[in-house]
Amino acid sequence: MIQKRLSIALAGNPNSGKTTIFNNITGTRQKVGNWPGVTVEKKEGNINKSGYDLKIIDLPGTYSLTPFSIEEIVARNFILDERPDVVIDIIDASNLERSLYLATQLREIDCKVLFALNMADVARTRGIKIDDKKLSELLAVPVVFTIGNKNKGINTLLKQAIELAESDYVIPEKRKVKYSKDIEDSISKIEHFIGNHAADSIPYNIRWTAIKLLEDDKIVKERVLEKTGKIGEDILREIHNQRNFLVDRFDDDPEIIMTDERYGFIAGIIMEVLTTSTKQRVDISRNVDLVLTNRFIGFPIFIFFIWAMFQLTFSLGAYPMDWISSGINLFSTLLAHVLPDNIFKDFLINGVIAGVGSVMIFLPNILILFFCIALFEDTGYMSRAAFLMDKIMHLIGLHGKSFIPMLMGFGCNVPAIMASRTLESEKDRTLTILITPFMSCSARLPVYIILAGAFFGAKAGTVIFGIYLLGIILSIITGRLFRSTLLRGDDAPFVMELPPYRIPMIKSLLIHMWDRSKLFLKKMGGYILAGSVVVWTLTAFPHNISYSKNYDLEIEQVKTYFQTEIEAAQESDKALLAQKLDVAVAELLTEKKAEKAEKSFMGRIGKVVAPIFSPIGIDWRGSVALLTGFVAKEIVVSTMGILYAADERENSEALKNALLSSGMTPIAALAMMVFVLLYMPCIATLAAIRRETASLKWMIFSISYSTLLAWGMAFLVYQGGTMIGV
Amino acid sequence: MLLSEMKEKQTATVVRVGGIGALRRRILEMGILKGTRIQVEKYAPLKDPVELIVKGYHVSLRVEEAAQITVENVK
Ligand SMILES: Nc1nc2c(ncn2[C@@H]2O[C@H](COP(=O)(O)OP(=O)(O)OP(=O)(O)O)[C@@H](O)[C@H]2O)c(=O)[nH]1
Ligand SMILES: [Mg+2]
Repeated sequence: MIQKRLSIALAGNPNSGKTTIFNNITGTRQKVGNWPGVTVEKKEGNINKSGYDLKIIDLPGTYSLTPFSIEEIVARNFILDERPDVVIDIIDASNLERSLYLATQLREIDCKVLFALNMADVARTRGIKIDDKKLSELLAVPVVFTIGNKNKGINTLLKQAIELAESDYVIPEKRKVKYSKDIEDSISKIEHFIGNHAADSIPYNIRWTAIKLLEDDKIVKERVLEKTGKIGEDILREIHNQRNFLVDRFDDDPEIIMTDERYGFIAGIIMEVLTTSTKQRVDISRNVDLVLTNRFIGFPIFIFFIWAMFQLTFSLGAYPMDWISSGINLFSTLLAHVLPDNIFKDFLINGVIAGVGSVMIFLPNILILFFCIALFEDTGYMSRAAFLMDKIMHLIGLHGKSFIPMLMGFGCNVPAIMASRTLESEKDRTLTILITPFMSCSARLPVYIILAGAFFGAKAGTVIFGIYLLGIILSIITGRLFRSTLLRGDDAPFVMELPPYRIPMIKSLLIHMWDRSKLFLKKMGGYILAGSVVVWTLTAFPHNISYSKNYDLEIEQVKTYFQTEIEAAQESDKALLAQKLDVAVAELLTEKKAEKAEKSFMGRIGKVVAPIFSPIGIDWRGSVALLTGFVAKEIVVSTMGILYAADERENSEALKNALLSSGMTPIAALAMMVFVLLYMPCIATLAAIRRETASLKWMIFSISYSTLLAWGMAFLVYQGGTMIGV
Repeated sequence: MLLSEMKEKQTATVVRVGGIGALRRRILEMGILKGTRIQVEKYAPLKDPVELIVKGYHVSLRVEEAAQITVENVK
């Protein structure tokens, strides 16, 4: 039997719990967070339920059907154009009055709406009582109480949704918002006009179209023109007349009056359905916030949180990093013993394990970092960070909300760039997208840890912190620069809801970590592995190199020479001579290896690009590592793992030692870190930039700007540092 | 009096929301309209933006935006 398909969209104000409910229904794990604007694109999920094949769609949050920013447009267009069978309006029950604004608008379109009064628990603890029967009766909609994060009421909600989809319910006109007489007159005039001239070509409910046109809705205007062609212009002329008439009459724009009247209508409903107990309660969230955004300690606390995040990442992460490192070590040694000496062994140990293993050990650090960012997001502190930082961001011509993508950028730039969708102004968005890559993402962390660890010892922490700081400072300078040149314009207003603090759910945090680990391991098995294989292959071939001298012969000669010496020497000197022999042989072997590497394909590539990098103190191996890093920044480390540490055993210690003995100086290491911080974003980030700015131009611009800046800064660091003799 | 002149913890009734275009609209849609009682919860440490309580929820506005909102009955 073919099941009947139904599509159910979840709409509602930002942060009302749509994604939480979506995850409950579909069993997926889309991202949830306690700040408005977590979901920026629609997500779909399918389930089977009581004989139906349900398609559930999670939409970005929106405050009204007159969209302000991109993700709100996504939500509205979906409801209008895809016409889901049922729209579930997820309402934050503790915030009923404002939520009903969207609800009343949803009911002006001809779609079947169902109310989910979510966060019923929060409403209860605040002493808010909602008469659901009355609400349902007044607006003629089914109403269901739900608690998203406890999975309560979800089943009833779905059942009601299916029932509603199957009924032939039409919203009774008298349950819709009634505007004042003059406005209603205008609406019906426009309705008639459209009805007479173009009824068939308008894809939406006529009354709704009339209302939107009267409200001067740009997108609806465009659509109407598009669909009706010539008559559309007449319609718009009629609208113009009506608007002029109303402006005259009310001394204000119709859309303002209508917003007012909708709230008037809502006030009437609220009066009948909502009772708040007058008992005084302690608002814990409010008290917490008084401390966290306090005039004097607000900023110190904020800086402490950021500092603590990195501190935890590095110091706490060091322990499990050691364990993984020894594990890989052990494994590698084991392989070295059991496998016969051949090219396959070389491939496994010096290619795969050296490459992937050198990045793998950073899993704990990266997880801790993501954990901390998730804490910011889930508690509600993220919005406060934006609140605190707005003034500073404003000074550089940006927006407090831009700070959210920037903070997320410390984890991964890709979702951070997506998050900039919540910014209302196009220019703000582009600007934020362009500076986000300077927020050092977790993939760059391994490079810093390796280099700073090898060259700066006890000061490594400070150096790494300095690198992060440099990224932030350069993003600010870049922001300021672009704002006054390429992307001139006023910054958008700052109207942002500050949600109450919530205690994050441990379970969802753990799930988040688990998902992150899977993603990381997938990356390891994916392009880090592929990259390592390529790098190893290019390093191992060609196989028959013509060496500048016959190493094998020389080794033999050295051996025979020492052998005779040893025989001739006294008993007491024999050990010493044997040691000397070992050193001499090892030196020759290293030299051979180095020559082999230089004459390999990789070495030849390295030699070609090396001149570009030599002014910033990076040798050909470093250059190659940087080249490979544009695929994913972790690959810089895996390539270094293969190129530098050509020894048997690979781990961060071995790589560090190899780097130390490679002739790299601390200042060159610093220049390399600066370069890695700034140079062109990885492929995934570039794709995100391309997608989100909808322009190849900005992507190319981003590549050029960041790479040039990286080179320039690294040059300054290296040459400057060398000059003052660090 | 302007909303931006109010002190922390004061409440007042909105008389008029000024400004232009989409921003004004958005402020109204968020429930800040004529006759609404609002409370200034606090100013950010750098004195900008300002956090308000409207219709039981918290929202922040820039001071320059708050300066477009006229209030009366300040307590
Ligand atoms: N106390 C309580 N918290 C809830 C409930 N439902 C969701 N939450 C929390 O509310 C916050 C927002 O949830 P989301 O599901 O991300 O909200 P959303 O509507 O998808 O938000 P946007 O994508 O930003 O529009 C999260 O911290 C949830 O854990 C509920 O019924 N009660
Ligand atoms: Mg969501």
